[in-house]
Amino acid sequence: MAGPILRTTNLCKDFGPVRVLFDMDFELQPGEIHAVIGENGAGKSTLVKILSGYHQPTEGQVLLRDRPVKFQSTKDAEDAGICMIHQEFNLANDLTVEENIFLGKERRRGLFLDKRYMKEHSREVLASLETDVSPNARVKNLSVSQKQMVEIAKAVSRNADVLIMDEPTAVLTRSEINVLFRLIRSLQAKGVSVIYISHKLDEVKELADTVTVLRDGYKVATQPIGELTEDMMATMMVGREMKDMFPDKDLEPKPDTVLDVRGVTSPGYAVDCSFHLKRQEILGFAGLVGSGRTELMEAIVGLRQRSSGQIEVNGQTASIHAYRDAISRNIVYLSEDRKGKGLLVEKTMGFNLTLLALKQYVRRLGMIDETAEAVSLRKAIEEFEIRAPSNTAVINTLSGGNQQKVALGKIMEVDPEILILDEPTRGIDVGTKQQIYFFIHELAKQGKSIIVISSELPELIGVCQRIIVMRSGHIVGDVSGAAINEEEIMRYAMGIKGGNNNEQQSAG
Amino acid sequence: MSSKAPAETQGASRFTLDFRTLGPFVALALLMILGTMINATFISSANLTNVLTRSAFIGIIAVGATFVISAGGIDLSVGSMAAFISGVMIIAMNHFVNTVGVNWTTVMIGMGLSVALGLAAGLANGLVTTKGRIDSFIVTLGTMGIYRSLVTYLADGGTLSLSFQLRGIYRPVYYGSFLGIPIPLWAFFVVAVIGWIVLNKTRFGRYCLAIGSNADVAAYSAINVDRIRTLTYVVQGLCVAVATIIYVPRLGSASASTGVLWELEAIAAVIIGGTALKGGTSRLWGTVAGAIMLSMIGNILNLTDAISQYLNGAVQGVIIIVAVLVQRSGKGR
Ligand SMILES: Nc1ncnc2c1ncn2[C@@H]1O[C@H](COP(=O)(O)OP(=O)(O)OP(=O)(O)O)[C@@H](O)[C@H]1O
Ligand SMILES: [Mg+2]
Repeated sequence: MAGPILRTTNLCKDFGPVRVLFDMDFELQPGEIHAVIGENGAGKSTLVKILSGYHQPTEGQVLLRDRPVKFQSTKDAEDAGICMIHQEFNLANDLTVEENIFLGKERRRGLFLDKRYMKEHSREVLASLETDVSPNARVKNLSVSQKQMVEIAKAVSRNADVLIMDEPTAVLTRSEINVLFRLIRSLQAKGVSVIYISHKLDEVKELADTVTVLRDGYKVATQPIGELTEDMMATMMVGREMKDMFPDKDLEPKPDTVLDVRGVTSPGYAVDCSFHLKRQEILGFAGLVGSGRTELMEAIVGLRQRSSGQIEVNGQTASIHAYRDAISRNIVYLSEDRKGKGLLVEKTMGFNLTLLALKQYVRRLGMIDETAEAVSLRKAIEEFEIRAPSNTAVINTLSGGNQQKVALGKIMEVDPEILILDEPTRGIDVGTKQQIYFFIHELAKQGKSIIVISSELPELIGVCQRIIVMRSGHIVGDVSGAAINEEEIMRYAMGIKGGNNNEQQSAG
Repeated sequence: MSSKAPAETQGASRFTLDFRTLGPFVALALLMILGTMINATFISSANLTNVLTRSAFIGIIAVGATFVISAGGIDLSVGSMAAFISGVMIIAMNHFVNTVGVNWTTVMIGMGLSVALGLAAGLANGLVTTKGRIDSFIVTLGTMGIYRSLVTYLADGGTLSLSFQLRGIYRPVYYGSFLGIPIPLWAFFVVAVIGWIVLNKTRFGRYCLAIGSNADVAAYSAINVDRIRTLTYVVQGLCVAVATIIYVPRLGSASASTGVLWELEAIAAVIIGGTALKGGTSRLWGTVAGAIMLSMIGNILNLTDAISQYLNGAVQGVIIIVAVLVQRSGKGR
């Protein structure tokens, strides 16, 4: 039996004065699916970015088939057969899907690009992913899950020996995940080795052969999956026992309705949607990706065109035409697209934190009170336990989970009464997820009302008092109390139940 | 996926930050040393005052351009806008000489008109860009042609001249000085200080940077993106108006060739100063240094026989390209 295909010895990585990886000895065996897990900021992405040539190690070595390699760029690594799917989308927004898949690897015939071949090949790869994305679509017009599928298609089409996936499923639905897993297994059967980073421990348990746990830049353990349970993995990651993932369901909504949505239609996405939200209620929105949940919420808060519909806030008709109208009524929306719509990735944490609530910081002569901003930043860092290299860190240098905490801090700055949280725990580790669930619960306890959109049903079931199900732009189900269970919700989401709407009204 | 490794170490990013901020000033200092070595008269206070005064027009316009560019836009119309405003000012003042008389009131009317026209022209650029959802490059390329042909039309293809009696009154605005410093320099300084404060210390300035950095995120932060964008063009228009007010008494005339290529010099000053053309950052003092450098290059070429002064544009061009290369290598991308 041959040795590991990819191996690191004493790998260390510094960002300026801060060391984020310590003496990492990591081994990837040929043909295995090797999961890497750990809390936000543990160093998972940094490790795989070194393996794929995106970063260079400060100390230590990377060995490919026992030969030391020094990749200067991701291209070097790709040429050596190591390909990575980034946690952050790395697609060119203005190019088409096909152009992205072949970016840097364009196929030529004579002087010209072999368009026919590339189109055919893109279509094949996309078909193997069972996605309906067209090779001609522009990437900027795709939804996040479609973009993720394109990322995957791009990596798969490169025929790598080592495929690295950094949280590929964070934005995918269960059925898309199933397709992806089938694809990964078939690649494994062809001898491809896979490194798989995820915060979803159930997926890790289902897919991986081996698990490596990182904590604070150190390797805690590498073990075969058979020896581990999800709880054991969580404990190893967090360094303490994890129990009571979800808060008690001890809250009842108050009788008064704070948000009443009637017949809202957003052309192409949401059709004639009506629902209401009570004070102190935690209301979940379930549905497949593309069912129009995000678009409905964006239409409600004025971020998207609304062709009809009425919105009442606290019993009064509210004319919300722009997001600022919603903000002035204390309604906030946390976008699912953290990097595209939530945060300015090239700006500092502080710049982002106060951007939504900047009005509150304006003093005499329109000047911003920078001292007050600094105080807020320190408070947010403490309250959300944001782990950043420094207080002036640029968002780009934060780990994914810590970016999400900044995004949460940003919307809390306006002291909202109604919170619409779109995939609030996307890319967040178990420990932090738990914190966020308790945080939502605490907000409700303070009399605030919360809508949670999530593709993770266990999460909705764990925190919500009531769950609305959407399909193809329609609200098709509304379950509460004992009726809240996965099967029931899936029946609505798939159209087995509550199918009184025509299926032609498909949403994007 | 074939991207190069990004700037990764924090130490390096702190260094490049300083470098980006200080770069233009270092370059300015080097240019001054070079100028002195070439010809000692360069460093004489008379020559330096002259250079600085000449940089004031471009400098003031470039302050406005810093707003537009940091918010992710571009304004190509500033040169012809200045020419058009000069033309209208001169016609109006000549007209009012007959009714109001040869006095400051007439000049003040001209100045007020300049400001009003600048604001209106900027507003037009801004509204067409935002409401029409047209790229600012295209819109201002259009208005650039419009303003230029309007001034040609007003001057009937020739030159518009300010009445000689008025010139005497208006003259000090360019040639006069206060506390030993020429008025145009004061204006440049005041405009730059105000510009810096607005960009760096106010909500409007913060919003400009946010929009330039990512307009979607700005919209999702409840910022009225169209309004802020429009306002940046209005600020630009105001700066052009102020520059024109100082420019008119210098020659006392306007023609089709007034302000030609000013837009490029203004944009060059902004870029040399370290503001990124794609938006999201601003270096206002860098812009000031950039404007001074541009006028200094012309001056140094005048003082030496080594390079013909007709190559002024070439030298400026080389410096712009080098500046951008240096900034990018400093950034590590
Ligand atoms: N370019 C950078 N400059 C400075 N610090 C960085 C940079 N990139 C990452 N870091 C820091 O390195 C640490 C590890 O980050 P990394 O992205 O590897 O975490 P992760 O395990 O992938 O977390 P997550 O689950 O949140 O994605 C974090 O503290 C992060 O702030
Ligand atoms: Mg990561």
